[in-house]
Amino acid sequence: MIEESIIEPGRTKRYYWLELWRYRELFRVLAWRDVSVRYKQTVIGFGWALVRPFLTMLVLTAVFRGVAGLPSEGSAPYALMVMAGILPWTFFSSALSDASNSLVTNTNLISKVYFPRLIIPTAAVVVSFVDFLISFAIALALMAWYRFLPGWQILFLPLFVAIGFLASLGPALWITVLNVKYRDFRYVIPFIVQFGLYISPVGFSSNVVPEQWRLLYSLNPMVGVIDGFRWCMLGGQSQIYLPALWLSLAITAFLLWFGIRRFKKMESGIADLI
Amino acid sequence: MRSALNTALIVENVSKRYLIGHQSGQREQYPTLRDVIAREARNFGRRAADFVRGRQIVQGDEIEEFWALKDVSFEVSRGKVVGIVGRNGAGKSTLLKILSSIIEPTTGRVRIRGRIASLLDVGTGFHPELTGRENIYLNGAILGMTKAEVSRKFDEIVDFASVDKFLDTPVKRFSSGMAVRLGFAVAAHLEPEILVVDEVLAVGDAEFQSRCLGKMHAVATKENRTVLFVSHNLQAVQSLCDRAILLDTGRIVMEGGTQQVVARYLSAGQYGSQPSNGQKAWSVKTAPGNAELKLTAVRVLSPNGEPSGTFVSDCDVCVELDFVAREMNARLCVGFDLANAEGITLFRTYQTDLPPERWPPIKIGHNSWRCTIPKGLLNGGEFLVSPRIGIHNIAWLVHEDAVLRFQIVLRHGVSPLWNSLTEADRPGLVAPIFDWQSVAH
Repeated sequence: MIEESIIEPGRTKRYYWLELWRYRELFRVLAWRDVSVRYKQTVIGFGWALVRPFLTMLVLTAVFRGVAGLPSEGSAPYALMVMAGILPWTFFSSALSDASNSLVTNTNLISKVYFPRLIIPTAAVVVSFVDFLISFAIALALMAWYRFLPGWQILFLPLFVAIGFLASLGPALWITVLNVKYRDFRYVIPFIVQFGLYISPVGFSSNVVPEQWRLLYSLNPMVGVIDGFRWCMLGGQSQIYLPALWLSLAITAFLLWFGIRRFKKMESGIADLI
Repeated sequence: MRSALNTALIVENVSKRYLIGHQSGQREQYPTLRDVIAREARNFGRRAADFVRGRQIVQGDEIEEFWALKDVSFEVSRGKVVGIVGRNGAGKSTLLKILSSIIEPTTGRVRIRGRIASLLDVGTGFHPELTGRENIYLNGAILGMTKAEVSRKFDEIVDFASVDKFLDTPVKRFSSGMAVRLGFAVAAHLEPEILVVDEVLAVGDAEFQSRCLGKMHAVATKENRTVLFVSHNLQAVQSLCDRAILLDTGRIVMEGGTQQVVARYLSAGQYGSQPSNGQKAWSVKTAPGNAELKLTAVRVLSPNGEPSGTFVSDCDVCVELDFVAREMNARLCVGFDLANAEGITLFRTYQTDLPPERWPPIKIGHNSWRCTIPKGLLNGGEFLVSPRIGIHNIAWLVHEDAVLRFQIVLRHGVSPLWNSLTEADRPGLVAPIFDWQSVAH
């Protein structure tokens, strides 16, 4: 049986997701390539995935606990609470910046070979995910240091990891296609990342946000993810504010749907614009 | 149904439009700050409007439509090898990119029956930090091979590229020739039903080029393999392809047997059918080349510097190449191919064929170099000059086919018998006079 394919203007692939699945090998190889070259020719290699979040944790703890004197969640050590925020935040921010530049940095590939373009930004998110898994070791070390044992809630952590993954993928896809057309977004991303660190509850608990602003605050999808992480990792010390969680989840889902939709719409034109 | 089952590829009225921008009134090289600010302010307004409407940003303030392909239709039967020839900018690469789904046609339709793979570049996606071994797997996956497939052919690939000693060295430490060999070696082991190849033979040294050609021949003659082949190497096209398509400014000019198409391509040049006056010059905007180097003129002249379209074979023929260089490159090779009217290359010559101390010095700015073809070498007939300027083993800067033609009247014989011959009576690509002696044993 000979397969027949048709190329036409404006034709979205009928079997878009099936085709994506057929290219899983390339996805695996590209993700592997990005992971293996990430720390090539560096002295401490993957140590960077540990050093950066650790130093951020020290600084944020010193500033928000030491200088500002903000409260922790329940009786959990402040440093551990900060760490539970830094892990998803670092993942989100590096995924967002790597993925949104990924199409532009892979120009030579895109203009010479066909494959579903969705693979490239997704592979970039996977790289940040590997970093995230490595830096998880710091959280474990901190728990050992404080002799802090998480409760049964930790079993839900993979769920929040998955939500974090999707929460970064959605906006990343959207910004990626914008970046292909308008390179302005290359300069917007560092801004988002820089501001995001302060408007997301990374260095402080979202409990310090006044009750009447809490729902508005949760429009930031990372609020739900970070709160979820704290709930899982700090055992009974952290209470989850459910309306905010649902709102964050809804926004994450919307951004993911929107990001994929924009991406699919732009996909066939990427090689012309890049 | 018009198309029988043994059709591999049907292209119906495919066109591709691009928007290109020009900078109006910016001919001068050094605009003043005031001009720049005024222009930027104007452009900002337009770009912001484009952004709001979600349109593409085009540099420059005069935007025009440009059709890279216009109403191209053809069919390719299963198992056929089809060559696509045409000048630079004729739309060959655009066509191949559409066939490989990299870009979308603006109008028209392509139907493809079978698994298609395209090879538009050698070593696509090679990562300089990864080793040769890792890059083989990476490149294989990019070209659509599975890991098992690459593993099965791994030894063959390494053998073909002859890089076995460097398998665990990062590719950034490879010489450019090695990287190209490795890239082609991976690609040569692809086994799709339809293969689309662009100009891959134009890189690497001569020995490797002939090996690539041999491999392409093996690939092309395998059962039921359909190949679309774009090349400037007309001999390769003639030896590989059953049929050929001639493209010019985005349209199909001719489709048919390879010999006829190549002959038409060489004869219907930029100079039309009029006899040449021995010169071809380009304006700055249209000159072939890149930012580093542009070819501005090619001339054929008699030894006293008279450009002409016709020479008698008992005097030297000089070929002059004018080019403007913006950068020095020690690996710059300037030369040309000389082909006869059938498209068979008689020779290629570069200044670098000489010992280095005799290479003419490259000046920043205008250069004018002359090569002398000695008298008593060329046979009678028509000859075509194809300038070839490149960075040795890395890239072509100028690769224009048959920009200039000239005629040789065969009359270099000193013998009374030779003079009685007409040019048509002497067979051979060249007509040199050699020494003859009687030897006593």
